[in-house]
Amino acid sequence: MSTARDTTVATGTTTAAAMAVTTSSASPHGAGDGIAAAVEAPLLSVRGLGSHYGRIAALRGVDLVVGRRQLVALVGANGAGKTTLLRTISGVQRATAGSIVFDGDDITTLRPDRRVRLGLCHVPEGRRVFGPLSVADNLVLGAYGRRDHDAVADDIERMYQMFPILRQRARLPAGTLSGGQQQMLAIARALMGRPRLLLLDEPSMGLAPRLVEEVFAAIVALRAQAMTILLVEQNAHAALAIADRGYVIETGEIVLSGNGKELLYNERVREAYLGL
Amino acid sequence: MLAQLLQFVFSGLTVGATYALAALGFTLIYNASHVINFAQGEFIMLGGILTVVFLASGLPLPVAILLALLIPAVAGVVIEKLTIEPAKGAGVESLIIITIGASLVVRGLVQVWFGKGAATFPAFSGSTPIAVAGAALAPQSLWVLGSMAVIVVALWLFFSRTIAGKGILATAVDPLAAQLVGINTQRVLLVSFALAAAIGAAGGILLTPITMTSYDVGIMLGLKGFVAAVVGGLGSGPGAVIGGLLVGVIEALTAGYVSSAYKDAVPFVLIFVILFFMPRGLLGPKTTERV
Ligand SMILES: Nc1ncnc2c1ncn2[C@@H]1O[C@H](COP(=O)(O)OP(=O)(O)OP(=O)(O)O)[C@@H](O)[C@H]1O
Ligand SMILES: [Mg+2]
Repeated sequence: MSTARDTTVATGTTTAAAMAVTTSSASPHGAGDGIAAAVEAPLLSVRGLGSHYGRIAALRGVDLVVGRRQLVALVGANGAGKTTLLRTISGVQRATAGSIVFDGDDITTLRPDRRVRLGLCHVPEGRRVFGPLSVADNLVLGAYGRRDHDAVADDIERMYQMFPILRQRARLPAGTLSGGQQQMLAIARALMGRPRLLLLDEPSMGLAPRLVEEVFAAIVALRAQAMTILLVEQNAHAALAIADRGYVIETGEIVLSGNGKELLYNERVREAYLGL
Repeated sequence: MLAQLLQFVFSGLTVGATYALAALGFTLIYNASHVINFAQGEFIMLGGILTVVFLASGLPLPVAILLALLIPAVAGVVIEKLTIEPAKGAGVESLIIITIGASLVVRGLVQVWFGKGAATFPAFSGSTPIAVAGAALAPQSLWVLGSMAVIVVALWLFFSRTIAGKGILATAVDPLAAQLVGINTQRVLLVSFALAAAIGAAGGILLTPITMTSYDVGIMLGLKGFVAAVVGGLGSGPGAVIGGLLVGVIEALTAGYVSSAYKDAVPFVLIFVILFFMPRGLLGPKTTERV
């Protein structure tokens, strides 16, 4: 039995302070960054968040913090509330309790399009590319809220370099792409918004193993460029293995959180999510 | 013989262009909200009536037309704000019924304000017909067809070349994903109502010198525009244009060769025939499923 030292067994009342302190010493960014992250205010801080579908609570008292330049993984079973949490953070789902603070601003009731302008970009579950529109148009639309039109063309070029297949298919309707290519496009579309926080909802869902690897490689490449990422995955092992921090959600509540690698070795996580 | 056929086709295309503009209005709003806006016909009526009123008050034609486009656009926004927006989440069927209510209100107000009489104003560039292969083509018909062409090209440029236009298309495809790229989908809905209203009003303004207008012309013109949109494939822009012209021409041919008593029945027969053989209309989207 390997109980991780700084794994916080939360019961929905984990304090943000405890989370900040656990900013991992094993962070691949090195000790210098670790200290900086502990001093800097977190980029996203969610407190006591609640959300409902009709009368049914889908989130209850969720506390979650994403530090700058961190990759945070959110894992949990089917129907645990992962998608609902991301939807509430990006504002397409109403928060019924609690608060969401992004880079010091309270955005709990801000319109979703305004949140995108602040740099909250969300790759939704199931990719949801604009099927009848061309790949190029999908990318252009990713920059909808931006005013720096000159830089948009450069960014499209960067996306084509990152995902060369998108350049080959640029003129084709996005709906004609394969599942994996659509996932690349969905990620690229979100990146076109110049995110300061990228929300990824099950990017590996339904993909062949080779493509899952490709998607994870893209995520690792992004975090290497100091992108802040909140990653939702059912593939808990792969997600926790690359995460700085991890949160475990069950029936709308955060039940466990801690350093990513250490969660991997947590007994409870191994039993419930890793099938070990 | 041929001259007569040509004559019927001219008049069919002219009225059909108005149906096409109305159908484009239905299409815009349908794409943005999946609502069939049965107040669309009232925008056609408003365009004609307002031009009559402004011309009578002494304003020059271009100013009268501009106002007769702007006011219906504002009316469209107000209708959306007062009826569709508060009832959001009420289900598409309820929203459609609300638009019928809105059309009754608009028609009632105009009836009280303007009266029940028919009215018209002179054609834009005289009424001396142009002879084409033995048929007479009214100059106003050229205005109608030319304006429709300009509007269609302008819409095409807007939707294919501008980010705002692509944003409206994206909202039609997937409103949630549209919000996630930063599109204010509420505003897209307002813009769609304003555009649909102005385009419908343009049809009403152009047609009035040919057919006259009155407070209740919107009922039939709106219904036929709806038929045109469905025949062309609900949601398709090119379909709306083709559907409109087709309904107009078939109607004119029926009136000419059979009897004008059947004229108004034509579109409704057409809708059954087309939908029986092509359930999605002529150019309807292949799939409407989203995964
Ligand atoms: N549109 C909806 N209407 C009603 N209930 C919903 C809706 N969407 C989700 N729920 C419910 O809310 C709960 C959380 O769902 P959510 O989609 O957030 O889970 P998830 O963790 O993302 O699951 P998955 O791994 O299957 O994607 C579930 O019980 C689900 O049934
Ligand atoms: Mg989900």
